[in-house]
Amino acid sequence: MSVDTATVARIASLARIKVTEEEIAAMVPELNGILAWVEQLGEVNVEGIAPMTAVIPNKQRLRDDVVNADPLTGGDVQDKVLSNAPAGEHGFFGVPKVIE
Amino acid sequence: MTDLTDLGVAAIREGVAKGEFTAVEVAGAFNAAVVAAQPALNAFITLTPEKALEAAAAVDANRAAGKALGKMAGVPIGMKDLFATTGTKTTAASNILGNFVPPYESTVSQKLWDAGAGMLGKLNLDQFAMGSSNETSAFGNVISPWRREGSDAQLAPGGSSGGSSAAVSARIAPAATGTDTGGSIRQPAAFTGISGIKPTYGRCSRWGIVAFASSLDQAGPMARDVRDCAIMLEAMAGFDPKDSTSLDLPVPEWEASLNADMRGKKVGIPREYRMDGMDADVARVWDEGIAWLKDAGAEIVDINLAHTKYALPAYYIIAPAEASSNLARYDGVRYGLRDLPQGAGLQDMYAATRAAGFGAEVKRRILIGTYVLSAGFYDAYYTQAQKVRTLISRDFMDAFQTVDVILAPTAPTAAFGLGEMVSDPLAMYLNDVFAVPASLAGLPAMSVPAGLDRQGLPLGLQLIGRPFDEQGVLDAGLAIEARAGFTARPAKWW
Repeated sequence: MSVDTATVARIASLARIKVTEEEIAAMVPELNGILAWVEQLGEVNVEGIAPMTAVIPNKQRLRDDVVNADPLTGGDVQDKVLSNAPAGEHGFFGVPKVIE
Repeated sequence: MTDLTDLGVAAIREGVAKGEFTAVEVAGAFNAAVVAAQPALNAFITLTPEKALEAAAAVDANRAAGKALGKMAGVPIGMKDLFATTGTKTTAASNILGNFVPPYESTVSQKLWDAGAGMLGKLNLDQFAMGSSNETSAFGNVISPWRREGSDAQLAPGGSSGGSSAAVSARIAPAATGTDTGGSIRQPAAFTGISGIKPTYGRCSRWGIVAFASSLDQAGPMARDVRDCAIMLEAMAGFDPKDSTSLDLPVPEWEASLNADMRGKKVGIPREYRMDGMDADVARVWDEGIAWLKDAGAEIVDINLAHTKYALPAYYIIAPAEASSNLARYDGVRYGLRDLPQGAGLQDMYAATRAAGFGAEVKRRILIGTYVLSAGFYDAYYTQAQKVRTLISRDFMDAFQTVDVILAPTAPTAAFGLGEMVSDPLAMYLNDVFAVPASLAGLPAMSVPAGLDRQGLPLGLQLIGRPFDEQGVLDAGLAIEARAGFTARPAKWW
């Protein structure tokens, strides 16, 4: 499978990355080179093989169902949460208007 | 008095404990070496000399008070700028996190500070750890302290932990943290003549490490020798309830158990790693490694890892797929860069922010990842790659029915020059051909320096072990280290 300029534009849009026409033109051969190379995986007989889900067997754990089990990741840290926000205002993350 | 920057982790810890010198003296010596080298090597993104001195003063005070000292007491280290550090900028070498100051500390870095280590600074790396030469950093290339004989061409320190490898090999840090997703500890260690180990997936907590590909990312130490790696890995490893994939196992005493006697051990040599057109020096060093392990008492066994050639293409589907998902969080809303063009709406802000903040290689991988996960292509690419990953893992498990550890080269070549590979992403990816299979299988793997090539550049040998058997990897590494007699170091030109 290979990609054309329209496909690259669509992927970039899905990935929310703004790209210029020149960038798309440069990316088409690069991505096609990589995609042509990974094509070889199609040669491998994978009949009856389950896709890898966990590389080292491990059981899923649940944390204790209590508020603030870990003070670092619990509540009451609004200032810390907002400390790196580009537009943290009035205790919220500010964003451009989303409703017309 | 000896030059304190010539000392490694074990020697510093011992000298501080015995009172031969103070931790503050050590920190001062390394701080000065860092400042002197920074303009030439660019190994650091942020310098934190005060942090190194502060931790050292605490160690000296504890010693004076007769308190027990930690495993890393008095050792100043470099911290890859992928580990969140409270109050110190953490960039992942990307403009999108160019001014990010974490209000929290990564588990691994906290463990190192608790063990008595201090921080010299935050080390440069490939942007979001995506690269094999440190050329994708938004903060400039790291220059390897190594040069080819008779040449002053700038060489790559490897990647993505290129600041770490450059700093340790230049003797401006006795040790450094690295992270390894597809060889990012082992390949830079090999390129610069130092040691580095990626432990079993889950040994070191990923909490607070900027995520690249979560099913592959593992932290590990990079240091001058095997013993120093064992000491530092003990300080870094351990169960962390904040990482759902953390292994709930006790941390073994790797250092105390080090044993280079390989009698009764079987070492596997994978046929598939001996590729057509293999570099003659790499092949020679591999053969020497086989002879050294035989000399240490090991039995050498040829093994098959049949799906080796498919590891790299599988990796370049799985890792970008996970990256495209992990990096979706950089949206200009909660932290990091925001680019808000005049009159732009929310969607336009996302797209402009990500266009401005991510470098070319990061964008390339996000786009590949987005493509292989998109409707209609998911099964053909992603599911197929994960099935191949199962087969790769199975090859290793079959081999480990017979052998205890696997010996292979770390990288197919010695360090290449800056700019030599950057125009061809695929050629760059191929440099990780020997490192990626162990990553896909989550296995502990280490690079130790083994010799020099015809241009006077270091070459590394790789040991790959069973899950949880870091000890077997370290022991075989020690057997090679003892016989390789690798004492070469870069001539100081900076």
